[in-house]
Amino acid sequence: MDLRYTEAEEAFRAGLRRWLAEVVPTLGPKPSSLDWAGRRRYDTAWQRRLYDAGYAGLDWPVEGGGRGASPVEQLIFLEELELAHAPYVGVNFVGLLHAGPTVIVEGTPEQRARFLPPILRGEEVWCQGFSEPGAGSDLASLRTRAVRDGDEYVVTGQKIWTSHAEVADFCELLVRTGPEDSRHRGISWLILPMDSPGIEFRPLRTIAGSTEFGELFLDGVRVPVANRVGDENDGWRVTMTTLSFERGTAFVGEALQSMELLRAYRDLARRTGAWEDGEIRRRLGHLGAELDALWALARRNVSQAARTGVPGIGGSVFKLALSELRQRIAQLGTELAGPASLVWDDLPGFRTDGTYGAGTPVPGDVVASDDDVAERTAGGDGVVGEGPVGNGVVVGTWVHSFSRTIAAGTSQIQRNIIAERILGLPKG
Amino acid sequence: MDFEPSEDELALAEGMRRLLAGRFGLERLRRAEGETTVVDPTAWSELAEAGVFALRVPEAEGGLGLPLATTAMVFEELGRALVPGPLLPSHLAAGLVAGAAEGVVVVGSARPRPGAGQPWQPGGSNAVAPVVVEHLAVLGALVVVEEDRLGLLDPAELDGALPVARPLDPLTPLWCVDALPGGETVGGPAEAARWRREERVLGGALLVGLAAAATDLAVAYAQDREQFGRPIGSFQAVKHLCADMVVRAEVARAAVHAAAVTVDQPDVGDAERAAAGAALLAGEAAVANGRSCIQVHGGMGFTWEIPAHLYLMRARVLVAGLEGAGRLAEVVAQRF
Repeated sequence: MDLRYTEAEEAFRAGLRRWLAEVVPTLGPKPSSLDWAGRRRYDTAWQRRLYDAGYAGLDWPVEGGGRGASPVEQLIFLEELELAHAPYVGVNFVGLLHAGPTVIVEGTPEQRARFLPPILRGEEVWCQGFSEPGAGSDLASLRTRAVRDGDEYVVTGQKIWTSHAEVADFCELLVRTGPEDSRHRGISWLILPMDSPGIEFRPLRTIAGSTEFGELFLDGVRVPVANRVGDENDGWRVTMTTLSFERGTAFVGEALQSMELLRAYRDLARRTGAWEDGEIRRRLGHLGAELDALWALARRNVSQAARTGVPGIGGSVFKLALSELRQRIAQLGTELAGPASLVWDDLPGFRTDGTYGAGTPVPGDVVASDDDVAERTAGGDGVVGEGPVGNGVVVGTWVHSFSRTIAAGTSQIQRNIIAERILGLPKG
Repeated sequence: MDFEPSEDELALAEGMRRLLAGRFGLERLRRAEGETTVVDPTAWSELAEAGVFALRVPEAEGGLGLPLATTAMVFEELGRALVPGPLLPSHLAAGLVAGAAEGVVVVGSARPRPGAGQPWQPGGSNAVAPVVVEHLAVLGALVVVEEDRLGLLDPAELDGALPVARPLDPLTPLWCVDALPGGETVGGPAEAARWRREERVLGGALLVGLAAAATDLAVAYAQDREQFGRPIGSFQAVKHLCADMVVRAEVARAAVHAAAVTVDQPDVGDAERAAAGAALLAGEAAVANGRSCIQVHGGMGFTWEIPAHLYLMRARVLVAGLEGAGRLAEVVAQRF
């Protein structure tokens, strides 16, 4: 067991750190999370910067246009981006972490040539059309129908939780091509151009008041058969490739950001005097120990992936533990903030001296997305941002924490996966 | 960076597991329940021959010269097998007490109770509790672990020690003494800190072994036991209890290994923080998994016959020896 980085790994880190130190301060202000067009511009411009510097698709294999970096280099990449408070993957998430990797493994040479480079260059944005109102955790029961008509599929149905659909160019779409009850054996994986006629998108308002995702209605949408990735009715296997990517290093940045958040809460406790309460200190210490342990687990999972070449089942353990921990950290934040945790808008007085209600709320200064939370948390150390953590971060973190145990496989589904695939307990 | 155990480490742990299964099988161990001398001298020499107490003694001095990380893997196996006896102090005393590394002298440890007037610490003992000494009957030496000093005591000096009739863990006999002499000074603040740090890491490793063994026992029962015409492990309510056991054990194992590596390679992090956090999480994992193991077994779990309680009770013994969760969490709070 060795936690020291090799010379090559350290050199990679140093180069990346130098580049980030140059580039991050030159980035313009981040658009409001409600400004979707602005977010697309901002996130794709960042992706272009990564591309020009040779960091795009770091974890993608070379034959897919990536750098074929080792899992350890990926880990360093995520760590340094977090330390530098660099922008998040944002609207590029599905393209870089789901659709792209799937096309690399399962796509035809033509599909790889057409779809991969624009993802890496930040020119095209993808969204995900997997879940349906009737097919959530039980994804294999999905009913969106694709009927073959010559060189095209005619797709009719409804998808839900489609993130970034407002600004996406393509959707990775799961459709039923087999009989109604064919479950895993009758699903196909299609690339749906989002400008096709017959698509309607309706945003859903989240409990944070934002529109992070929505519903996609498909009414006789025609998709070329050439846009199918993998064989007809083999889409479930194709999809599993994608999901295993999501459970690899995808949550590592979140673990690092959570430590930064916890330090901000420790500083908040010091400002408010709550630090003098031994019970509060011990809760902070306990949460810190848990985050340290998850960072250790992340390095273990990465080391395993480096040895075996595939992300291990340990990802489920990590995802489950981290999302549950995040909620407890967020809960402590609300207790530390007291009545200020009832207010979405930042209270200036709260931020500076720990008292609340002393200032006028800043209109529109609302933490509406997870990215906002990350951005506002940064700055506790004076590097970026606006000084100590405000009540807006406390509230935003708390409300968003409830999505973490649901998205990308609920905690209950993760426990089923652990029980059935690690422990070998029988399916119910 | 490669945080996976090496092939050699895995082989050593596997070898230890096989040795312990042969020598310390559960049935055999349980015959000593309630005895005042559960440590069998022959078995202790076999542990010594396997190198348990000399794992980190330099090769030039007859030891194996292994890092703490490798040692933690061996201690996880000792915990998993419920091996009784003062394993931690005997290992930590190698180089400090003559004969400890060779297993010739069985070394115990004790902490003086907090002085009168000191505030009560959650999870710690209060000023009116007696000092508890484990395995006194077999000890050849006793290390007194104070805040900034290590003392060495001849156990015969504790002549007023009262044996406890019903110790919580039937395989950890206890004695109570009113006052603990300081003994001869054998270490200063640095040695006392070293002792605490490594005790936390290796105690954490023993606890991870207990947490993992409790998981295995619960899962085996959940596979086997049928109700409503199918294995109870097919019900999500039971599955999720078992999955949470895995999560606690895996997270704690990663923490213990990271803490051990950080002690071995001090430039990679803060060893104090890592060791305290690892002991904290490993203790919680072992206690919670012991509890869940009883729960998964239903009524049988509450019987003496099923060994579920042995994992829980041993976990309590180890956690109580590690100075309490409150202090460990404080250490992390002050350092993250």
